[in-house]
Amino acid sequence: MKALDAKLFRDLWRIRLQALAIALVIGCGVAVVIMSFGAMRSLSETRDAYYDRYRFADVFAKLKRAPLTLVDDISALPGVARAEPRIVHYVTLDIPGLDRPAVGELVSLAEEGKAALNAILLKEGRYPRPGHGEVIVSENLAEAHGWHPGAAFQGILNGRKRTLVVSGIAQSPEFVYILDPGQLVPDNKTFGILWMPREELEATFDLDGAFNQISVTLMRGASEPDVIERMDNLLAPYGGTGAYGRDEQLSHAFLDQELQQLRTIATLIPPIFLGVASFLINIILSRLVETEREQIGLLKAFGYGAGEVGWHYLKFALVIVIGGLAIGAAVGLWMGVQMTTLYQQYFRFPFLYYRIDPFVLLASFAVSLAAGMLGTIGAVRAATRLSPAVAMAPAPPATYRRSLFEFIGVAQWIPAQTQMIIRHIERWPLRALTTSLGVALSGGLLVMTFYFFDAIDELIDSYYFRSNRQDATVDFLEPLDPRAVGEVGRMPGVRLAEPLREVPVRLHFEHREKLVRIYGILPNTTLKRFIDVDGKSFDVPPEGIVLGDHLSRTLGAQVGNTIRTDILEGRRGVGEVRVAAIVRENVGLSAYMEADALNRLIGEGPAVTGAQIMIDPTQTSAFYGTLKETPATGMVMLREPAIASFRDTLAKNMLVVISFYVVFGVTITFGVVYNAARIMLSERARELASLRVLGFTRGDVAYILLGELALLVAVALLPACALGYLLSWVMSHAMDTDLFRIPLVVRPSTYATGVVILILSAAASALAVAWRVNRLDLIAVLKTRD
Amino acid sequence: MREANKAPDRRAIFRTEGLTKVYQLGEIAVQALQGIDLVIAESEILVLLGPSGSGKSTLLNILGGLDRPTAGRVFFKEHDLTRASDRELTQFRRASVGFIFQFYNLVPSLTARENVALVTEIARDPMRPEEALDMVGLTPRLDHFPAQLSGGEQQRVAIARAIAKRPEVLLCDEPTGALDSKTGSLVLEAIAKVNEDLKTTTAIITHNAVIAEMADRVISFGDGRIVGEQRNPRRRAASELTW
Repeated sequence: MKALDAKLFRDLWRIRLQALAIALVIGCGVAVVIMSFGAMRSLSETRDAYYDRYRFADVFAKLKRAPLTLVDDISALPGVARAEPRIVHYVTLDIPGLDRPAVGELVSLAEEGKAALNAILLKEGRYPRPGHGEVIVSENLAEAHGWHPGAAFQGILNGRKRTLVVSGIAQSPEFVYILDPGQLVPDNKTFGILWMPREELEATFDLDGAFNQISVTLMRGASEPDVIERMDNLLAPYGGTGAYGRDEQLSHAFLDQELQQLRTIATLIPPIFLGVASFLINIILSRLVETEREQIGLLKAFGYGAGEVGWHYLKFALVIVIGGLAIGAAVGLWMGVQMTTLYQQYFRFPFLYYRIDPFVLLASFAVSLAAGMLGTIGAVRAATRLSPAVAMAPAPPATYRRSLFEFIGVAQWIPAQTQMIIRHIERWPLRALTTSLGVALSGGLLVMTFYFFDAIDELIDSYYFRSNRQDATVDFLEPLDPRAVGEVGRMPGVRLAEPLREVPVRLHFEHREKLVRIYGILPNTTLKRFIDVDGKSFDVPPEGIVLGDHLSRTLGAQVGNTIRTDILEGRRGVGEVRVAAIVRENVGLSAYMEADALNRLIGEGPAVTGAQIMIDPTQTSAFYGTLKETPATGMVMLREPAIASFRDTLAKNMLVVISFYVVFGVTITFGVVYNAARIMLSERARELASLRVLGFTRGDVAYILLGELALLVAVALLPACALGYLLSWVMSHAMDTDLFRIPLVVRPSTYATGVVILILSAAASALAVAWRVNRLDLIAVLKTRD
Repeated sequence: MREANKAPDRRAIFRTEGLTKVYQLGEIAVQALQGIDLVIAESEILVLLGPSGSGKSTLLNILGGLDRPTAGRVFFKEHDLTRASDRELTQFRRASVGFIFQFYNLVPSLTARENVALVTEIARDPMRPEEALDMVGLTPRLDHFPAQLSGGEQQRVAIARAIAKRPEVLLCDEPTGALDSKTGSLVLEAIAKVNEDLKTTTAIITHNAVIAEMADRVISFGDGRIVGEQRNPRRRAASELTW
């Protein structure tokens, strides 16, 4: 090894803890990039391959009933490549060992190998024989109940309770994310897909030679909105409720949302780490160049050129950055594998391998190197510019000025030690500022991490309790007479049942449109509450439409605007309605109208599509038992199990992600505080030792050093909270999708948690340095020239 | 002053003409050198005597290409160092000059051998570091770090480091300033031996008049000027010097 390199490695070894702290900070940034982009790539590539191989459709449409002959017309539409009709019905399931009813999405199955679109991947068992009550069930449901081919359960199909037998277990590109509509996260015990031979479904639901859903793939270059419009026109007479693209297909939309979140994290988080790392490299290298000015002069005196000297110090940073890259790559790959494993729990892919794009790897390396070099430039330039004769003369004493306190005349009351702290900060204001900024950033990161708990609580509280107070929702298969609600109300355990009216509609405002549902609300409802964006509740207005805030933003429509409504049910009229209010809504895209006003808009008499129910908590099981036997319901959503499953799923996922980020936040704090303390100690060792010689105690001396740190950390606390709020704001906005929004609610306890962790990690790094202050070798320090 | 310019018998290796150096220290201008005319001959030992601040170190720095004069010219053989670029000065130092400093200036994180290697790695025709350390009698201390060596040993490492490249000139700034008499004379012996063996032109700054006795020529400095020159009829062996 060259002598200069030997020096490099020994110097690095001497400050190994500082170098390690910086490498860790870089590592965190790189790890996030590698984890996020890798997971993104794995998800999107797997998804694309899966979609392609199993012919996932591009446009989907639901309707009441149409003859199969219509399929040819749809296939013939310009831009349509293939069309596949099918029959889909929601059915109530009675599963042995499950107290509550479950819901199955019953989907007609083409003969083996003949599905034009949305083919299934049979993982176990065989195709069902028609007429035997055999079904293929989705993997999630089978796993949740430990089913294998041969397992049996009961379902209410078109009003009749039947025994269904599992013939096989499958996955499908359509149901990568299997979510009960109306829920926030999957509940594998109570919702799954059942595939049944087409002829059996035709017979069961009286749909001989007919279909109620159709999916199509588009030709290359075809216009999706164009095809959707033509399909809507063709399907209108058959009760079409509006065709939609993949962006509104539930499973696809959730996958997309996950990808968007990964992208947000990958672009928002790493710059923080790399920025902090760049600053840390800058302070330790500047210090190194300062302490080694004689050696630099010496090297130059021996004939080392400015380039060689600069390269030597550049290499110093390079080794740290490369160390960080190695740590980041290893941790990132590990985290990526963890994330991918996590995904496999709720995204049902036939395979999902964590794969990292070499380009991402190289790009993250390049960016980290650039950040590292950026931090190095100043110090290296100082090293190369030092003229050898000047470098070898001892550095002139640092110039201090009188502090602000002296100017305003309060200095006489400030003890000399505190004066030293203040002057030192004033002497290097930029470094003090960046130290505080680094601490504030890590605090912000911690606050943002814990903010997610608040957001989830708020989401649950607002969605399941404040806005919607029902314990359960029952969806009927089709619009029924309002008396049907009365029947629900007479079920055991039901304290209150309110009618629910749901109308599919396409809303238009200016050039924007959105396919949503309008809910009819009783003026005296006790179950639905409207809360505006300022948090105030209001009653459903007698006229006009109430838009969810996200929908209002999507359409660009404000209170007072008139929007066009294309009703996609019944008489399918086109109407206009004024926006009467905006309601805060964190889940989905909905619109609401007073029930009578809605009936007037669609030009029909009163009808109900479901019921919302309050249950006597002591009679829950009686209620569940009755539901399991009730034929008229298509679908049931229960609040308590939904919340439990929501928390359970999120708890598992978030714990992993949050522990990553807490480690990251603590790493930054440690990196910043420990480095700042070590630099201060190295700069002031002589001064502090002199004070000790003069009779100051260890405590006095530690106060000068740690007091400054404490001050810099204390100053950073408020900005940390502010940054935490800002980062939470960015996260909440970046993750804003049609599916759900993450409410921006940061509780005081969250700030407190962030601040406490910040203080603890700062205290730990300060202690590490305090130990060195205690061991200060007075004589040795005073003898050395620097 | 003119007698200092008188060329000695041997070929001149350094020649300065009206060398002047002014340092700007804040608002005060300090005249470090005020028109120095000097010729240094090949392989001679020259001692520069004078009190602190008399300009000796400034002159040495300029001769060694570490610093540039404010006015006047300095030639190394035929090369005008005043006109040399930074790159050329670096090359000059790398190829031709060995420095020895009062505080040794060893790199603390490198062993004796590595401190020497630091220079031999970039020199054109160097000795092996071991060879150079052997010349100053430090073979048993090859792998010791500076902190494990005595002051005299450290300075001998510095000498080994300076001579390992077989420089044409050796510039020593108070080489014994931090050493006791006994160790100091060991160091001076090493310097004299190098001069003897390698015929290296050697300039030694000191304020210790005793050391002047080992020189061929002694130049006295005062206030940035040459105030005297004396030629020793006979160089005394470094081992005979005590102070």
